[in-house]
Parts: sequence; C-alpha cells; structure tokens
Amino acid sequence: MTTGLRHLLWTAAAAAALLAVTYAIPPFRNYQLATAAAYLCATAGLTVLVGLSGQLSLGHGAVMAVGAYAVALSQNRFADAGLTGNGVLAASLALGVLAALVAGLIVGLAAARLRGPYLAGVTLAVAVALPAVTTVWAGVFHSDQGLSVYLEPPPAGLGYDFPLERWQAWLALAGALLVMLLLANLVRSRFGRSLRAVRDDEVAARLAGIDVARTQVLAFVVSAGCAGLGGGLMAVLTQSVSPGAYSLTLSLFLLMAVVVGGLGRLAGAVWGALLLVVLPDLTHTIVASLTLSPAAAQRLEGNLPLAVFGLTLIVVMIAAPGGISGVVRRLTPASPLRR
Amino acid sequence: MDRFLFLTVDGLAKGAVYAAFALAVVLIWRAARIVNFAQGAMAVATVYAAYSVTQATGSYWLGFAAALAAGLLLGAGIERAVMRFVPHTSPLNSVIVALGLVLLLQAVLGAIYGNEFRPVETPFSRTGITVGGIALLSRYDLFVLGAVLVLVVLLALLFTRTSTGLRMRSAAFAPEVSRLLGVNVAGLLTFGWALAAAVGALAGMLVVPTELGLHPNTMDLVFVSSFTAAVVGGLDSPIGAVVGGLAVGLVLSYAAGYLGSDVTPLATLALLLVVLLIRPGGLFAGVRTRAV
Amino acid sequence: MHRIAQRGIALAACVTLFAATVGCSSDDNGGGGKAAVPGVTDTEIVIGTHMPLTGPASAGYSKIAPASKAYFDFVNANGGVNGRKITYKVMDDGYNPANTQQVVRQLVLQDKVFAVLNGLGTPTHSGVLDFLKTNRVPDLFVASGSRSWDQPDKYPGTFGFNPDYTVEGKILANYVKTNLAGQKVCFLGQSDDFGTDSLAGVEQVLGKDGVTAKDTYVVTNTNVGPQIGKFKAAGCQVVVLATVPGFTALALGTAARLSYKPQFVVSNVGGDLPTLAKLLGDAKGLTEGLLGANYLPLMFDANDPWIQLFQKVNKDYNGGAEFDGNVIYGMSVAYLFVQVLLAAGKDLSRDSLIAAVEKGGYTGPGLAPLRYAKSDHSGYGGERMVKVSGGVQQFFGPTYETDDADGPVKEYAGTPATPPANGVPTA
Repeated sequence: MTTGLRHLLWTAAAAAALLAVTYAIPPFRNYQLATAAAYLCATAGLTVLVGLSGQLSLGHGAVMAVGAYAVALSQNRFADAGLTGNGVLAASLALGVLAALVAGLIVGLAAARLRGPYLAGVTLAVAVALPAVTTVWAGVFHSDQGLSVYLEPPPAGLGYDFPLERWQAWLALAGALLVMLLLANLVRSRFGRSLRAVRDDEVAARLAGIDVARTQVLAFVVSAGCAGLGGGLMAVLTQSVSPGAYSLTLSLFLLMAVVVGGLGRLAGAVWGALLLVVLPDLTHTIVASLTLSPAAAQRLEGNLPLAVFGLTLIVVMIAAPGGISGVVRRLTPASPLRR
Repeated sequence: MDRFLFLTVDGLAKGAVYAAFALAVVLIWRAARIVNFAQGAMAVATVYAAYSVTQATGSYWLGFAAALAAGLLLGAGIERAVMRFVPHTSPLNSVIVALGLVLLLQAVLGAIYGNEFRPVETPFSRTGITVGGIALLSRYDLFVLGAVLVLVVLLALLFTRTSTGLRMRSAAFAPEVSRLLGVNVAGLLTFGWALAAAVGALAGMLVVPTELGLHPNTMDLVFVSSFTAAVVGGLDSPIGAVVGGLAVGLVLSYAAGYLGSDVTPLATLALLLVVLLIRPGGLFAGVRTRAV
Repeated sequence: MHRIAQRGIALAACVTLFAATVGCSSDDNGGGGKAAVPGVTDTEIVIGTHMPLTGPASAGYSKIAPASKAYFDFVNANGGVNGRKITYKVMDDGYNPANTQQVVRQLVLQDKVFAVLNGLGTPTHSGVLDFLKTNRVPDLFVASGSRSWDQPDKYPGTFGFNPDYTVEGKILANYVKTNLAGQKVCFLGQSDDFGTDSLAGVEQVLGKDGVTAKDTYVVTNTNVGPQIGKFKAAGCQVVVLATVPGFTALALGTAARLSYKPQFVVSNVGGDLPTLAKLLGDAKGLTEGLLGANYLPLMFDANDPWIQLFQKVNKDYNGGAEFDGNVIYGMSVAYLFVQVLLAAGKDLSRDSLIAAVEKGGYTGPGLAPLRYAKSDHSGYGGERMVKVSGGVQQFFGPTYETDDADGPVKEYAGTPATPPANGVPTA
C-alpha cells in the first residue's frame, strides 16, 4: 500500500468517525469541535513551518486574519450580487486561501533572508501591524469593529431542523481533514525531506543540491495557505471578523499549541488545537465550582487559563520537549518504528 | 516648523526609553544568545512592585528603588530557576519558554492586582515647558533623557573599564575558553540576566506613566518597539540599541504626527523590513553575523 | 506507520473527549411540568451576559455585571419575581468578538439561558445578533449606544438601553451651539459606530462645516498626542469626545502636557467622574470644568432616592464595591429587567417577555423617557447636561430629548419616578 493511499484511507476513517460524533453531541459541543477544527488547520501548518523548516512565525494569527477577511469580503460581495449557495462559500474559502498564500509568499520572501530572532522580529511586527491595516483602510475593513460575514443556512436537503452548529462542524472538519491529508503526504515527500535537511544543516543541504531559500519560502507559503483556510473557517463559524479576534495573543497561542502538542508532528497539532478550545472551558468550570468572592472569581476567570498555558509551556519545554504527542508515543507500546 | 521641532523632541524622549529597553534585550542576547521575549512582562512585574511600595510608603523614590531591586532579583531568579534548564537543542526553545513566562507573569499580575489600569505618578510635572511659544519637553521628559544617559554611561563603563564587564564579554563570545581560563561563566550569566532585568525595570518605570496606566499588558507594545529597535541596531551592538531606539522613537513620532497615530505599527514594520532587507544583521552588525 | 497510529490515537481521544462531554450535559430545563421554556422553572430564571472582565477595555465596565447581579440578589432575597429567583451568568469575553461568539453560544446552547441581558460592546455584540435571532433568544438592553439594536424588523428580539450615540451627539452639540457659540469645535471619536454615530449627531446640529477638525483613535493605540496636537494647531476651543473612559483620561492628560486647555465635552460612556479620577490619579484635577451628559442619577446626588437605594444594595449585596456610575448603570439595567419580568406575568415565555418590553411605559431611575414600543427598540431618548465643578459631577439645565434623525432637540418635561418603598418594583 502506498503512503498516499494509506493516508487517504485514514482520512476516510476519521471522516466517518467524526461524522458520527457530530450526530452524537449537542450543538454547543459541535461548535467547539468546529472551532478546534478551524484551529487545527492553522496549527498543522504552523507545526510544519516551525518544527520541520525551523522558521519561527509569531504572526500566524495575522495570516489567519488575511484568510478571514478575504472570506468575509467575498462572502458579502457575493451576497450583495445576489449569488448564494454553498458553491459560493467554497469559492470564498478558496479566495481566502489564495489571499493567505500571497501574504505567505511576501513574508516568506523577506523571511528567507533572515535568521532566528531577526525573523521572529519581522513576524512579530506583522502581527502588531494587522489592526493598523484595518484602521488605515477603514472604508474596506471597518476598523476595530470589523465585518460581519454572511452565511447561508444549512442546505435545505438536510432538513429544516438541521442544527447550524452541526453544519458548521462539517465545514470545518472537512477543511481540517483536507489540510491534514495534504500535509501528511507533504511531510513524507521529497519536499518534506528537504525541509528537515535545511532545518538541520543549511550548508549540508545546499551541498546536497537543495535550493535552501526556495525551500524556506515554499514552507512559508504552504503554512500560510493552511492558516488562511483556518482563518476563513473561523470567519464562517463566528460570522464576523475583527482585528481583536486575530491579535498577537492568538499568534502566540497558536505557537504554544503546537509546542505543547509536540513540535513538528501533525498529531501534536491535533492535541494543540483541542487544547486551545478545551482549556479555557475547563478553567471556567473550575473557577465556577470554587466558592470565591465575586472580585476574586473575576480576577481568576480570565487569568487562570493564561497561567495554566504559560506554565504548561515552560514545563513541557524543559521536561518533555516532545509535547503531548511525544508522551503519547512513549506510552504507546505498538510503535514498531519508534526512533 | 514648530510642529517638526515638537515631534522631534517628543520622539527623542520616547526613543530614549526604547533605547534603554533595547539595551536590556541586547544585554541578555550577548550574555546568553537568547532573545528574552519576557522582558516586557518582567518589567511590568517590577513596576507593580514599585506601585505597591509607593502605595504603602507614599514615596516615589522608594518605589523606584524597589523596582530596580525587584528587577535584579527577578532576572537572577528566572535565570536560575527556569532559563538554565532550557535545552539548547534549538534556539526556538528559549524563545518559547520566554513566551510561556510572558503568559504566566501577566496572568499572575492580573490575578493579584486585577486587570484594570492603575494610574502611576511621576516625580516631575509632565506639562511641557514652553520655549518661545512652543510647548517642548516637560521636566519629566528631561528626567527620562537624563536617566537613560546615565544608564548608557554606566553600562559603557562596566563593559570597558571593569574586569567583570570584560569577563562577561569573554564568557559570552567564547564560553568554553572562558571556563577553561577560570571564569565563572554560570555566575556571570545570572549576573547578566539580573542586570538586564534591572535595566528593563528602569525603562518600565520611565515609560509606564506615559501610557494609559499600569496594566499587565502595558509593556506589550513598548516591547515590540524596543525589540524592533534592538533588531534594527543589530542585536550584538549596545550602540546599535541606543541608535535604534532613538531612530524608532523618531520614526514613530513623525509617522504619528504627519500621517496619524493609526499608522505607527505600519511604520515600525516598514522600518524593520527596510533595514533588515538591506542589512539582515541590523545596522551595527559585527564583522561576521553568527548563523543561529 | 507510527505517525499515523499517533493520529489515530489522537483522533480516538478527541472522539472520547467529546462523547464524554455529552454525558455530562444533560437537559435539565422545564422542571415545572408545563411546556418547557428554556432557562425558566417554577423557582428560577436563568439569564446570561457577556462582559469585558479582563483586557484593556475592561476598565470601569467590569463593575457593571456584578452590580446587576447584586440587585438581582437583593430582589431574590425579597422573594424573587413571581416566586422565581434570578440567576445571572456573567461570561468574560475580554471585548474580543471571537470570545463573544464562544461564550454566547455557551450561554444559549449549553446553559440554556432564558434571555441575554445587557451584553456589552458594539463590535462584540453585533457579531451575535444573528445567532440570537436564529435561536429566538430575547436580547435585552444591549450595553452600547449603537443604532444597530433598534431594528425591530430585522432583529425582533433585540433592544437597546443607552441613548443612542447620535441622540447624545445632538444634545452635546446643542449645548455647544447655544452656550459656546462662535467657538471652534473639534471632534475625537472611537474608530467604530460609537465615533461615527456620535459625529453624525454633532454635525446634524452644528452643520457639516461646524466641526473644524475631526479625528479618530483605536483602543489598541494609547498615543493620542497626534490627534490632540492637530486640534491645538487648528485652534479649537471646544473638543467633543466620543471616547471610552481610558481615552477620555488620555485626551485630558495629553492636552495638559501640550499646555492646551480647550473645553472638553464628553459622551456619557466615557465621562463618569469617579472612573476618570481613578484613571488620572494625581492628575484628576484635569477633570475640572468637564462637560458631559447623562440620563441616570449621579453618585454625587446623595439625596436622590435611587442613589440611596443603590448604595444600600451595593453595601449589602455587592461587597461594598467602590460606588460609581458603572454600579448605578448595572443596577438600573437590573431594575428595568425586573420591571419587564413582572409585566410579562407569571406565565413567562420568551414571547411574553418581548411583548412586555414592547408594551413600554416603564419609568425608573432614568431622567429621560424610555421609548420602547413595537416599532422602537431603542432605549433612553434623551440626556441632561452634567458638569464637573469642585471635584463633584452634577446635572444642570433641563433634560433634553431628540431623535437620531433631523428632529429638533427639545426640552423634556417629565420628572424621574421615585423608587418603591422596599426597592423592588411591583407589577
């Protein structure tokens, strides 16, 4: 069985299992599942960029925003022009990916000349510049307030009572599975090996005939495309886009998710995306269950998830650099190819 | 012309703080080859310490001293307790741990003090002194410029005239050789972090009163500007940090004054891109840029 | 192969995780045996809200929801509404629209709230209008003066509370036109509906050329030096501010630094004196002479019966939180909600609640009229000017009312109601 076929079968199996899940869980959980799937697109792309090509991006939240705004603008234009239907949504999402690809190409071209902290600095500045773009061109992007996103109700064929959240989960999961399938094939291809070679030793890679700059730019473009799809799906889920939703914090959270999940591994990206959704929810439940004075509860409420995230990050980095997927791997007995 | 003059002096005052903060970034980079993304959060923590002391005693200057002391302790503590244990397999590791520290520090501060803006007093008036009909620098701005000037002179003396400074430079550039020569590399590393955090504390004390108020996230944007300054100047160069800081201060001031304050983050990005695409190691990059 | 095995395990874990949560979230509404109304039982009414409790926009506003909750606790201690106690679920969205989406879904889909009350913020709340409409959740008294809440045809379940920003802009500009005639006027507004709606009101009264210079700010950029510098260069003697408290404070402080002393005239959402004094610290003297407008009693009116009532509730049920305009606001919203619940009757449903609001005729602590009707979902329809003098913020002159179009700004003759003796409204 070829690798590609095996990946395809796994994806089909995952799709079937997830389909069943969307029927079993209530709407709010479906919405969370959809959110995790949208995050997964971005974290999967990011883990390939950071883990495999060794380039750090602190601006992936901004790349998601590019996808999200592109989807918002095109969805609304289509709706204004009287074009509706789910083919239109697919076209909008494709435009979102395209916009993110272009953004990735531009940043990637600049990034290929830069190393380490200098690259981190540029991507950081990109993340911070995003809200300014929406303000300076307020006529298009509507400044801090952002845009609302037109979304069709679920196709009539699914029945009148079909919950919107399940439909959103389907859309997001389809996107996430597509990204996972593409990336799984990519990292095991010749290009994936080039990436790792460049990460491990640029000089050696160059001697082996790999075009280092081209490989790095390409990694940026691929990863940006995934993030763009994630952002576009996010816009579809929240039916709105605004700079506040794609702040520097989001960029940092994405990075943390892939690190805690396990850098460079697609399974780690899954863990990371789940964590992004589950952790705030979990800490909210914990705070709610504690008997605290209103003031203390209010202070803990927003801050506890941050503290847990930060602490996890430090501990994982020092004690278990493989992240969750590394731990799982060690606990999995049936891994014949363990390295 | 009046406006240009005003924007220039205002930009220099702000740039002086960026320069001080960029120096803190450069200090740690030179000592440990780590860009300390937690610099801003650490500085905020020290300003909160100063805030508490000032609230309790009523004295700005006791608070000021507390901030510097807290900076020394926090820097040394973080190096000893956290940074020392970060595996050196990839330069990414320390960046990520530093980002974790940012979240942790900000969350702890938010949980203790609450996520509200607290006004911070200044020791001198912030009302501009009018010279020939133009409101120019305030006494507080002069204090900021003076403090940064003293800092730069002290650091220059430390690195060029004292044996500790010389040992720090050698430990940073050739740790193995230095260790063989009997230099206490680990101790110097701790000292480097402590020093940098104290410098950061000073910058924080100077800049927070000019912002919306004290808040766990107050220093986020200041850090971005200062980091830009350090990168523009070249991370290995203290002179670069000072020049970069002033340059960023001026660019931001002119951009805000002539194009509107919304444009400033774009101006930062443009400055960074232009400088780095021409000189990928910053303006004051050394003879060889080290591949990281 | 192992890589795929990992993914399989991750997937399985994900499936179990979500499957496990299904078991936990059992349906527990409709305990009364009648037709189930979400969030309503014979003994309880569950409602929710989204508020910025953390983040830069939380300054001042984070005190609103606890104050509302305190008033509900006070009512609950007095027997509740028709025997039902009110449970108020407050969710922090950090003023981030993406979080608002998440927490409002949690409130509606998981916690099954009866209604959403007083969700705060224009950018945050506009994102959930469609969701609340689709789920037929009453969306009462949005904490923002945007005109978006007043669209009965498009959003039949959404109602405003604050006077809309255009109404306020007209009233502020009316004062400037009458009392500061001939002076150059500049305008600083937030870069969203708040700023644009307010400017529309100001220009409606002063004319398009009536505003010499105008500029905007974004909440993420704390440098307002350029804007204030521009106003100074333009020689404006009056500056109208459509700003949140933090930026009112910044504008005042920046002007002082530039030795620029115009007459500031500020919107009610950014003009609460205790909040400003706290933000300005030692520089709180800068608020002296500050003009503004308001529609709820001020904390400085110690003799106002509403202030006395709210102060008592604040002491007994809010842990004696620092009393300011945000506390008054939160309790006024809660008071109105209790009135509406009573009007909706014992047979409470989402339809009866909305019908009760549309019936209108509510009077409470507000100075201006509440305009609720079938065709009008906006809130208060006017304001009265306030001025800071000697460290005290006080009303002066008549209360004005107007519309958000080209109607005149006219005096409103009505007087505020007096609170019921025990502080709890009766049907």
